[in-house]
Amino acid sequence: MQPYPLWKTILLVVVTLLGALYALPNVYGEDPAVQINTTSGDPLPVDFAAQVDAALKTEGIQPSGSRADGGHWVVRFAQAEQQLKAADALKKSLGNGYIVALGLASKTPDWLTKLGAKPMSLGLDLRGGVHFLLEVDVDDARKAAAQRYVTDLPNFLRKKDIRYTGRRQEGERTVLDFADAVTREAARKAIAKEYPELKLDAPDGATTLTATLTESEVKRIVDFAVQQNLTTLRNRVNQLGVAEPLVQRQGANRIVVQLPSVQDTTRVKDLLGATATLEYRAVDETGSADSAAASGIVPPGTELFYTREGRRPVLLKREVIAAGVNLVDAAATVDENGTPAVSVTLDSQGAKRMFEFTEKSVGKPMAVLFRETVVETNYNAEGVPLREKREVEEIISIASIRGVFGKRFQTTGLTSKEAHSLALLLKAGALAAPVEIVEERTVGPSLGADNIKQGFTAALLGLGLVSLFMAIYYKVFGLFAIAALLLNLVLVVAVLSLVGAALTVPGIAGIVLHMGIAVDANVLIYERIREELRNGTKPGEAIQHGYDRAFLTIADANVTVLIGTAMLFALGAGPVKGFAITLAIGILTSQFTAIVGSRALAQLVFGRRQRMSDLPIW
Amino acid sequence: MRIFSGVPNINFMAQRKTGLWVSSFLTVAAILLVAFRGLNFGIDFTGGVLVEVHYPQAVELDSVRADLAHANYEHPVVQYFGTSSDVLIRLPPAEDSNSAKVSTAILDALHASEPNVELRRVEFVGPQVGDELTQDGALALLLAFIGIAFYIMFRFEWKFSVGAVAALIHDAIMVLGFLSLTWIEFDLTTVAAILALIGYSNNETIVIFDRVRENLLSQRRMEILDVVNLSVNQTLLRSVITHLTTLLVLTALLLMGGKSVHSFSSALMVGVIVATYSSIYVSTGLAVVLNVSREDLVPAEKSDADVV
Repeated sequence: MQPYPLWKTILLVVVTLLGALYALPNVYGEDPAVQINTTSGDPLPVDFAAQVDAALKTEGIQPSGSRADGGHWVVRFAQAEQQLKAADALKKSLGNGYIVALGLASKTPDWLTKLGAKPMSLGLDLRGGVHFLLEVDVDDARKAAAQRYVTDLPNFLRKKDIRYTGRRQEGERTVLDFADAVTREAARKAIAKEYPELKLDAPDGATTLTATLTESEVKRIVDFAVQQNLTTLRNRVNQLGVAEPLVQRQGANRIVVQLPSVQDTTRVKDLLGATATLEYRAVDETGSADSAAASGIVPPGTELFYTREGRRPVLLKREVIAAGVNLVDAAATVDENGTPAVSVTLDSQGAKRMFEFTEKSVGKPMAVLFRETVVETNYNAEGVPLREKREVEEIISIASIRGVFGKRFQTTGLTSKEAHSLALLLKAGALAAPVEIVEERTVGPSLGADNIKQGFTAALLGLGLVSLFMAIYYKVFGLFAIAALLLNLVLVVAVLSLVGAALTVPGIAGIVLHMGIAVDANVLIYERIREELRNGTKPGEAIQHGYDRAFLTIADANVTVLIGTAMLFALGAGPVKGFAITLAIGILTSQFTAIVGSRALAQLVFGRRQRMSDLPIW
Repeated sequence: MRIFSGVPNINFMAQRKTGLWVSSFLTVAAILLVAFRGLNFGIDFTGGVLVEVHYPQAVELDSVRADLAHANYEHPVVQYFGTSSDVLIRLPPAEDSNSAKVSTAILDALHASEPNVELRRVEFVGPQVGDELTQDGALALLLAFIGIAFYIMFRFEWKFSVGAVAALIHDAIMVLGFLSLTWIEFDLTTVAAILALIGYSNNETIVIFDRVRENLLSQRRMEILDVVNLSVNQTLLRSVITHLTTLLVLTALLLMGGKSVHSFSSALMVGVIVATYSSIYVSTGLAVVLNVSREDLVPAEKSDADVV
């Protein structure tokens, strides 16, 4: 029998050690913990440790650990009751500037964490929690964008002294009529220069001009609407105080929201479903808001609203200068004088109109109207919950216009806190397109725990049955196969932990199934060895032939299974992806363990024997 | 331990035509079954709302229905899930866009009469998502077939490729027929099971094909039919053992894995049993019926050497 190449043995040892190392974090378990972040997303203050300690000391809670960990502060506890009490205490003492969330922290020792080792993340079906898939109604955003041009284009033409004879909206197209083809051509040229985002169509033999949004403009609008929603949803989810929330874009117009360990879906849905928008409007100074509020008679062309602070009546002109859809960014900053301010960025559409408006309105006041649809749950006399939609319309800011501006401007004269909340409200109001929940999956904690238990039991039983069979059927070689199988399990766990793929129920099913399939490689090899022995080949050679000949077959067979799992991964949804991942990882690692691993063992045990009368494989 | 004392010598290919007829008949039967009886699609595909709750004690389904009727849900499907204190409630997809709220309303209705009812699971799938999942599932299956067909064509030969893919389609259809017959729910994990089965079943076929190719090289004077028979016999033991170990883990999964993997494991179990047969009679059998020849598999320069 030829000696086994040293490098293969070394490789096997190295892989085994690495696998064990990176699978190790999964055995330590988790502590109940409280996670703290700043609401603004700013870094934590330097003296934060002292603040936390003080808050806990007043309640007499002794944490088992308290330190910064990957951007947030983690306080660990020995018992879950302490965790709840501490979270309440921290919320009270730290105030609104911080998000205090309940969570779990891995007990993995520092030296392992430094090596990048971490435990497997569990899918929502194992740890419990809610999963929402939200669809952004981009049609709405697109329609709104398209409709603006039916007023914008005529206004523009009037300014350019180009006469049109008619205008109308046909779906998402704006159609303009002209007296003759020459005027139309002039209009087409002017519009094309000013509005590059429009596709203009001037059919021969007619005097109409049709304007539609270009493909790239539509894509930009959709992207923008989804991005705005994403930001707003993140802000709202942060208010919930959940550890490790996931808010992520999926595909063109969908957003995934995953909140581990959350069960009260009602509150989450209310929060996610709230729609807000805002409008920049001119304040009407000719009429009296007080008398309008008293009499209920509003001057023509205006509407009556109240301010958020103080509930003061204010008359606003109907014309909207810029809406939430035009808002690109709003952030609390300080102006050149060092006083708090909110800086606002508008898109080109909004900027253009803001410029036109401010040009003629310097010194006049402008207001921001915030509209939000709030769903409220009230209980009637019989205790049956009633959900009511309520429209909230409030003026969140009134400021006088100090100069002519367009794209970028600042609102000043605020306190730092006011600036902060105005910026947040502006961002929230930028939620341009409505969202709809198109998928929900909630798993209660008890079901999650059951799923873990059942998955673990099934895996253990599967492993036991296969091992028993292999040991009885193939004797010593069966033990080699079992060793290879165990190593393979360790490697699968290690790779899953390393790549951070979440383990799901179908994922566990994949691991279990894969144990049955993984031994196939060994079966193939061992049957081959038996066959060689039957044909009178010497034991050492039989082992060699068995492994060599089976290699390609196993590789071929594995490739086809991988094709199936690749399709599943590409097109499967959620937990099923977990199945594809575990199965694929298992197949790749088993190709190594079943062939290199079990062979090295066979070599180790039988390689040095000069004479072998029989192999313990029967 | 051994099952046979030596390589068995069963003349599988003698019944190749009968085998193909039987397979064709079964396939047509399964297609008809699926076509007329249909499949018990889960809410992943149909859309709708599913709520699983756990009561602290056994509960009458009628009282649950009454609670729901009180909240104006007239025709929900209410059934026990495992025990008489676990209840599964299903509602078809609603027309109004606000059906995400339905799950909340159902829970509220149940809480009204039993405050200790525990939420186990809520699944809501909107119709648009259901349609997409259906399309993606079908597309994944189709692409897997195509991918495997090309791989076998590349590694072996087109006649084998036809045989292999025919076997895969056969297996998938048989599993669908089984699911239709037993009315086991067909959900996303079932699609995963079928895709895994396709890979698994093809594994069987490849092992046989590989052996056929090897034997064609070493057994120069043997008739092709005998070579195929020999190869099937040589790999038979390995097939039996692999199926056995796979069935063992699937049994573990079926018994211990919980209800959520029930359809997954039962679909795969049937598939594994069917695959044993189809890898011999459908894939290999069809390749033989298509007159697969020595020249198809053995490279030309080797046969030149033969002449010399």
